Amino acid sequence: MSVQFKINGKPVTAQAETDTPLLWVIRDELGLTGTKFGCGAALCGACTVHVNGQPARSCQTPLSAVAGKNVATVEGLAKTANHPLQVAWIKHEVPQCGYCQSGQLMSAAALLARNNNPSDADIDAAMSGNLCRCGTYNRMRAAIKDAGAMMRNKA
Amino acid sequence: MNNTPTVANTSRRAFLKTSTAATGGLIMGVSLPLLGAGAAQAAGTVHTPNAWVHIADDNRITLMVARSEMGQGVYTSMSMLIAEELNVGLKQVQVVAAPPAAVYVNALLGAQITGGSTSVRDGWDKLRVAGAQVRQMLLQAAANQWGVDVASLKADQGMVTGPGGKKASYGQLAEAAAKLPVPDKPALKDPKDFVLVGKRTKRIDTPAKVNGTAEFGIDVKLPGMVYASLAQCPVIGGKVVSFDAAKAKSMPGVIDVVQIPDGVAVVAASWWQAKKARDTVTIQWDEGAGAQLSSEGMINSTRAAAASAKPIEIAKPQGDVAAALKGAAKVVEAEYVQPLQAHVPLEPMNFTAHVNGDTILLVGPTQFQQGAQGAVAAALGVKPEAITLKTTYLGGGFGRRLELDFIVQAAQISKAVNKPVKLVWTREDDFTHDFYRPVAVNQLKAGLDASGKPVAMHFKVASQSVTQRAFGLPANTLDPFMAEASVPGYNIPNTQHDLVIHDAGLRVGYWRAVSHNMNAFANESFIDELALAAGQDPYRYRLSLLEGKPRFANVLKLAAEKAGWGQPLAKGRARGIALMEGYDTYMAQVAEVSLNDAGEVHVHRVTVAVDPGHMVNPDTVEAQIQSSVVFGMGAALKHQITLEAGRVQQTNYNTFQPVRMFEAPKVDIVLVQSQEKPGGIGEPATAVVGPAIANAVAALTGKRIRRLPITAEALKQA
Repeated sequence: MSVQFKINGKPVTAQAETDTPLLWVIRDELGLTGTKFGCGAALCGACTVHVNGQPARSCQTPLSAVAGKNVATVEGLAKTANHPLQVAWIKHEVPQCGYCQSGQLMSAAALLARNNNPSDADIDAAMSGNLCRCGTYNRMRAAIKDAGAMMRNKA
Repeated sequence: MNNTPTVANTSRRAFLKTSTAATGGLIMGVSLPLLGAGAAQAAGTVHTPNAWVHIADDNRITLMVARSEMGQGVYTSMSMLIAEELNVGLKQVQVVAAPPAAVYVNALLGAQITGGSTSVRDGWDKLRVAGAQVRQMLLQAAANQWGVDVASLKADQGMVTGPGGKKASYGQLAEAAAKLPVPDKPALKDPKDFVLVGKRTKRIDTPAKVNGTAEFGIDVKLPGMVYASLAQCPVIGGKVVSFDAAKAKSMPGVIDVVQIPDGVAVVAASWWQAKKARDTVTIQWDEGAGAQLSSEGMINSTRAAAASAKPIEIAKPQGDVAAALKGAAKVVEAEYVQPLQAHVPLEPMNFTAHVNGDTILLVGPTQFQQGAQGAVAAALGVKPEAITLKTTYLGGGFGRRLELDFIVQAAQISKAVNKPVKLVWTREDDFTHDFYRPVAVNQLKAGLDASGKPVAMHFKVASQSVTQRAFGLPANTLDPFMAEASVPGYNIPNTQHDLVIHDAGLRVGYWRAVSHNMNAFANESFIDELALAAGQDPYRYRLSLLEGKPRFANVLKLAAEKAGWGQPLAKGRARGIALMEGYDTYMAQVAEVSLNDAGEVHVHRVTVAVDPGHMVNPDTVEAQIQSSVVFGMGAALKHQITLEAGRVQQTNYNTFQPVRMFEAPKVDIVLVQSQEKPGGIGEPATAVVGPAIANAVAALTGKRIRRLPITAEALKQA
């Protein structure tokens, strides 16, 4: 059995058993290690990717569920890592240990893709599924707002 | 009181001796580790004027960082200290994690350890000396080459310049410089001349942490590597009696199933295959004595020990506590209780090991390089020198990665299957096999005179010693890591401070801010209770006891001012204040809280005033305070570990909920610009936020919660 899908725009054929969580296919088979394992139970958000543009917890998404779909990971956020969120993350020095940050960025990117002027409540709703044990929440909030402003100014 | 361990007073002189010895001989053994140093090695011959600085012929400069980067910004701050004196910009250098070596020992802790908020305190002199040594050697090499007086030369931004337009890059001079004697006492800059240190500086590691390329332990890949998942006894300390792995062995990808002392490991071609197969292995355990433990029983036995055991003196008693209590107008007593806590950094425990005969490679996230080397050497019966250790980024540490269990396990599994192995724990493994922050019972008793002023204080803390377990501290000896923040800054004439060390039966570990948590919670809750008993404002009451303690008084005033202490608040809100010295850092916090509809405490704002002495990177200082506030707030309000029949009841982030985005308070920070010696900043705020919140809750509700966490349930029952 193999499953075909696109990752960051590139067609791939994964050979893992089809009940394998997408997370482990991305990390161990496709070698994209930016997406992280945190809890294995969709409780921490470290494994967040986009499936057809929607944020998804890849630790709870079986490989079979992404057949024919577009999967995006942090590595595909922008070709030269200059997504407004990545720019804002650097400007605000958001990461500490950095382990949760790929998942945070993917959740934030999905938020800004549908709403580039989010309120605090919008940010709370979109981001509260992503844990950060280092507590970078306030910097993330500021960076999301800043990135939203960059996107609005470009539009 | 000096709470740092006995090796704390290693003089600069002693360091220089070590350093010089190292540059003479040991440095030959310090080769550039492969991690991230490929470019510097490829660039040409690398010269090593001392153990901290490598300069390639083409002027690529590599700085060795001997502390683990776990979010606290050490790759940047340690490099800033060297670069300041080397006169190079951070953009001109790359940073490499140092291998285990004597020269990289943390003088404050006696081993190559990242912990105890020591990195800047340990590095402040020695890394500047290291940078200055190399600068002076480069200048001397140029002076020799050009036949001019060294005083006529300047070293700046990687170039040495001299009279008549003479010019050479550090790289061109490095080979000659590396052959010169290492100067004993290089001249150091006056702090007022710093161009990097003390300035807000962009972190070296941020770009890699926003594009997915930062390599954590879990991301390591070695050629031919296989993956392991390890089943350990649900009761810590239990042993395998027998197991049946027939089904697991038939599953896809499974390579082997092996028993090691801590459990049964399934090794497979992918981690998911290993984990799935592991779930099918049936194991008979001998659960051992741990199966009798409950967290409530542990608290009770600790309380019983507080009553019966002969205490250890934390500090020399002052005056006559018994007499002062007898003569007091009012006596106040209270007991405070801390539950077990888990570290649960977001990156689960993992390590990669390749045991290849007598040659062993270990790669992964650790806070304790020499410990890793030593523990694996002991477990496998090899010499430590046979072990090469490379440190990756750590996906959080908080003290959990001072422990060596998962590293030894990875090595044992690799040895058993004769392949490079990456062992990755599940989150459930991590929750149920932590080294937990111990329970603590603090009992305080004070006497007030007729004016409400405290005239006597008896402080007693009973808890478990991590240092006995981890470092073999002898019994009946003061464990400095249980006594932190036990003697507060307040002027009280008669005082007694006692420690009771009690083994409650579960393995315990250092948890961010360690004993500051229990002791500051007790002291700073209690002083509020005394203010209440005296009918005085808790801020003014504290201030009245701080005469002759300017650093304490200053941060207390600054926090109160910034938080608007005494000014009216929105209905349903209240403020609480707390003060502490820890890691040579002085800090006060004011928390502003309300109760939500569910009766849970909501923290709106935390104001922090801090005097940490000299700062290296003020932005990182602020980041660590923001981080610690959130970390400590979780323990104050939300989560704890409980034990039933020896089993940890919380197995994932649903039943142990750290603070999330919607709960994170606004954090306002006032940094005191100070010329005092640097203090630590990675931890102290963790311990101050708890009592500040508890005091705010008491002000709001009239209910004094003396046992954490302050949940809606705890408030309802109070």
